[in-house]
Amino acid sequence: MTQPVYQPNSLNTLTPNIWDIIVFIIVIGILAGIAWGTQQMALPYKVGEPIEISLAPSALPRYALSSVLRMFIAMFFSLIVTFTIAPLAAKNRQAEKFLLPFIDIMQSVPVLGMLSITVVGFIHLFPNSLLGPECAAIFAIFTSQVWNMILSLYQSLRTLPPELREVSKMYHLSGWQKYWKVEVPYGTQALIWNTMVSMSAGWFFVVLSEAIEVSKQNITLPGVGSYIDKAIREANLTALMYASITMLIIIILYDQFIFRPLLAWAERFHAEIDEETAIHQSWFYDLLTKTRLLKTCEIVFTKFADVFVNGYKRLIPRKQLKLSEKYKERISATSVVCWNALLVASLILTAIALVMLIRHEVHTKEVLHVFYLGLLTSIKVAILIVLASLIWIPIGVWIGLNPKFALVIQPLIQFLSAFPANLFYPLFVIVILRYNLNHNIWTMPLMILGTQWYILFNVISGTENIPKDIRLAVRNLNVRGWLWWRRMILPGIFPHYVTGAMAAAGGCWNASIVAEYVEWGGNTIVSAGLGQYITQYTHEGDFPRIALGIGVMCIYVMFFNRVLWQKLYRLAEERFTLI
Amino acid sequence: MNISENSTTLLSIENISKSFISAEGQELLVLDSINFKLREGEIVSLLGKSGSGKSTLLRLMAGLIKPSSGNLFYRNTPIHAPVQGIAMVFQTFALLPWLTVLENVELGLEALGVESKERRKRALKAIDTIGLDGFESAYPKELSGGMRQRVGFARALVVEPDVLLMDEPFSALDILTTDNLRSDLIDLWTSKRTKIKGIVCVTHDIEEAILMADRIVIFASDPGTIQAEITVDLPYPRDTESLAFRELLDQIYMEMTKSERSRIAKAKAQALLQAAHEEEPTEHPEYAYRLPVVDISELIGLVEAMEDHEVDGVINLPVLAESLHLDVNNVFPLTEMLDMMRFAKISEGEIAFTDAGKKFANSNIQERKQIFAQHLLQYIPLAQHIRHILDREPSHRTPESTFLNELQNYFSEEESERILRTIIDLGRYAEILAYDYDSGELSLENPQ
Repeated sequence: MTQPVYQPNSLNTLTPNIWDIIVFIIVIGILAGIAWGTQQMALPYKVGEPIEISLAPSALPRYALSSVLRMFIAMFFSLIVTFTIAPLAAKNRQAEKFLLPFIDIMQSVPVLGMLSITVVGFIHLFPNSLLGPECAAIFAIFTSQVWNMILSLYQSLRTLPPELREVSKMYHLSGWQKYWKVEVPYGTQALIWNTMVSMSAGWFFVVLSEAIEVSKQNITLPGVGSYIDKAIREANLTALMYASITMLIIIILYDQFIFRPLLAWAERFHAEIDEETAIHQSWFYDLLTKTRLLKTCEIVFTKFADVFVNGYKRLIPRKQLKLSEKYKERISATSVVCWNALLVASLILTAIALVMLIRHEVHTKEVLHVFYLGLLTSIKVAILIVLASLIWIPIGVWIGLNPKFALVIQPLIQFLSAFPANLFYPLFVIVILRYNLNHNIWTMPLMILGTQWYILFNVISGTENIPKDIRLAVRNLNVRGWLWWRRMILPGIFPHYVTGAMAAAGGCWNASIVAEYVEWGGNTIVSAGLGQYITQYTHEGDFPRIALGIGVMCIYVMFFNRVLWQKLYRLAEERFTLI
Repeated sequence: MNISENSTTLLSIENISKSFISAEGQELLVLDSINFKLREGEIVSLLGKSGSGKSTLLRLMAGLIKPSSGNLFYRNTPIHAPVQGIAMVFQTFALLPWLTVLENVELGLEALGVESKERRKRALKAIDTIGLDGFESAYPKELSGGMRQRVGFARALVVEPDVLLMDEPFSALDILTTDNLRSDLIDLWTSKRTKIKGIVCVTHDIEEAILMADRIVIFASDPGTIQAEITVDLPYPRDTESLAFRELLDQIYMEMTKSERSRIAKAKAQALLQAAHEEEPTEHPEYAYRLPVVDISELIGLVEAMEDHEVDGVINLPVLAESLHLDVNNVFPLTEMLDMMRFAKISEGEIAFTDAGKKFANSNIQERKQIFAQHLLQYIPLAQHIRHILDREPSHRTPESTFLNELQNYFSEEESERILRTIIDLGRYAEILAYDYDSGELSLENPQ
């Protein structure tokens, strides 16, 4: 329930290189391959007994529980993958070369597009059972959070202070002990923060992934998302209101009982020994620390952790088998060759898959058309970011300058950003239909509805971050009006603003898949763009075109990240970081 | 403590050299043929200014880095990686903030696979020994600097080492805390309550070295070599006001200025030599001189303070350093800079103004800048070199990377960065060059 915030030196700028291109081709090729293979499978398929979703409010608690469960299963897998992949990327140069661009690219693959592609595969994996769509939904949630988490831990591992490295070596900690005693704790705070950010954004995907239409077939899983979907189909505003209230309760519970206690607990992992840090507080955590239950849990956990981290050292005799340096070198040299061969092989295979796909299914003209649609969507994103900035920067600065007000309003904004924005889409649709407004223009706000808060939140924290001394000094010099904005506020909030705007833009791209193709009752409002293209062909089950749409969106997102956002970010780091 | 020649050798270092490869692929020699022995029952201080390789030597002994050539032995077995029996205390404490005092102390035992009950027992004993009882459950952030370093000592003691290595253990602490911790440490040592048989302590504080050590090894820099060894035969506790103490202090200053002077003389001689063969490319151009890293306001502050301490035309360095609370890392770079610029002349343990220096000290701000600019361009080859290149460029601008790359042929990346920062700082003060942070360019924007 919070946003990415600006943290100095948190972004490791990845300069584009040959690896980006290689990995990009492989990723898109694999997606295309899956899509192609999927199409060869016999359609339609059976997903077991169709689930009847009830719009009765009494059914909602059960649905809510299912949705939350999905979220946590995805989180569990994300954590496992994070703890495996992040050290691999941080410690193995060969793996790093591949993994970093891979993560970067996967981050720009739209989550919902991913869902469209993988769902059919999962259904075939578990025929005649809801397990298929269930896995697909969990997988979509998983992809929306895992990359962010891996990057966070990777960065912590890479920035471990040298003296901690020396201590581990000097006191003979093994690699395993060092990882769990030194490296993971060092990265814990950042990891929890990023996990929570991902989870907040995740509610949007939970809601969407439960009810999807693939190949003119509706797949529904029991959950709040399906409930919302059905309410929208039946144009039932009352049911929609019930769903909103349910989401509200879920998010409040999640915030109070998981998010805040975790952050308060993670304070102990703060690495800067001298900084006073009681930022995160939680009444629930304070309560817990007073209970006997928690103390018992802690003792059990400590015992378990001791066996987990140190146990093997007691079992294995102290003098371990040590490979000779020469032997080690030979092994690593061989594995490097194998690894590179594997990469080259997959590069060639995926390239062939891509060419085949385009040759067989899509014409060059259509590819160009898809790029044109991408251009339309990027223009929309650009306009929206500018508009949202014009609105939220002055408001954010005003809030930031009034700390008492900020204290009240910040939790509200955090809450709004976690709330699945698609619940509000019907309101817009009803207005658009009633007054017969231009679809292309008036559906645009839907895209930024959920992500505009990133800008506001960061502007507020940026303003608060400007030292009071500077503000007083500037006032003392009688600087006002435009000069005040130009010389103090705008440069002062710049690093925070860039972080917020970057996140907002990324969110817009993701949301375009839903926002350019909105339904209400029997009506469908379509506006031209890449998101609409992907959604339309998802409904029709034309997998090569889905893959094409996703690939193009991926290219656009990466292009903007590299060309615009990372440059701005670096500028912010070098010039506008307040000392 | 009396150390006879035939007592056991704990650490033995034979002909060790260490070099790093610079970003430009050049080999940079940090330590040059070092021979050293640590015998049972002695505390040895390694004294030198920063960059003299003393910390590198300590890390070599710890097995944290490997030598480029030469051999290291701990009780006659070669050191390739950290060995059991040697523990280290770090300058920045290097505690794990997420572990309590007790857990931090237990860390080394955990790594050895000691069972948890035994671990706790031994950790509590070490905590008790170092005087930390009552703080077992505290987190490092709750402790003051002195208490944190005690945790660092307890963590080292608990693994029952023979040899304790200390990397400037007191330099992050204030004077009172340092005095207290150091005397506790000496008590521990003389009462033989621990299994430690020998201590090596890196320091840049001369008094600290005399207060603690049985033997002081003085390092000269560029590359790091052993300049002198001084034996301290005073009983503990040592009195800083005693005559013997003052004599040792003078003796050490004398040794350190000696190495300083030979360095300066070498640099000056080379500058002369090069002036004779003008424009001829040489292997080691004169600008590739490890410019002492100084702060311009400190430099001018020192000049003013020197005036107050002048007695019969000379200034006693130990007295000056003591009254200004300057340590080795400040005093020597600053005086070296003054000597290089011909504002002062260093002799053994003393420094004296030159005529120009006297004039500089007695001028107002604008005149000072003029004199400074003149001397900087005349006597500091790097300033000359940069100015020469800027003059030659039609646009009178050159990116800093040009100079950084040149320097990196002779110095490490960080060192080059420091040297360039210093010359930019001095050049800006003298108004002989300008620097644009955003574009990273040096220029003649506001020349005189």
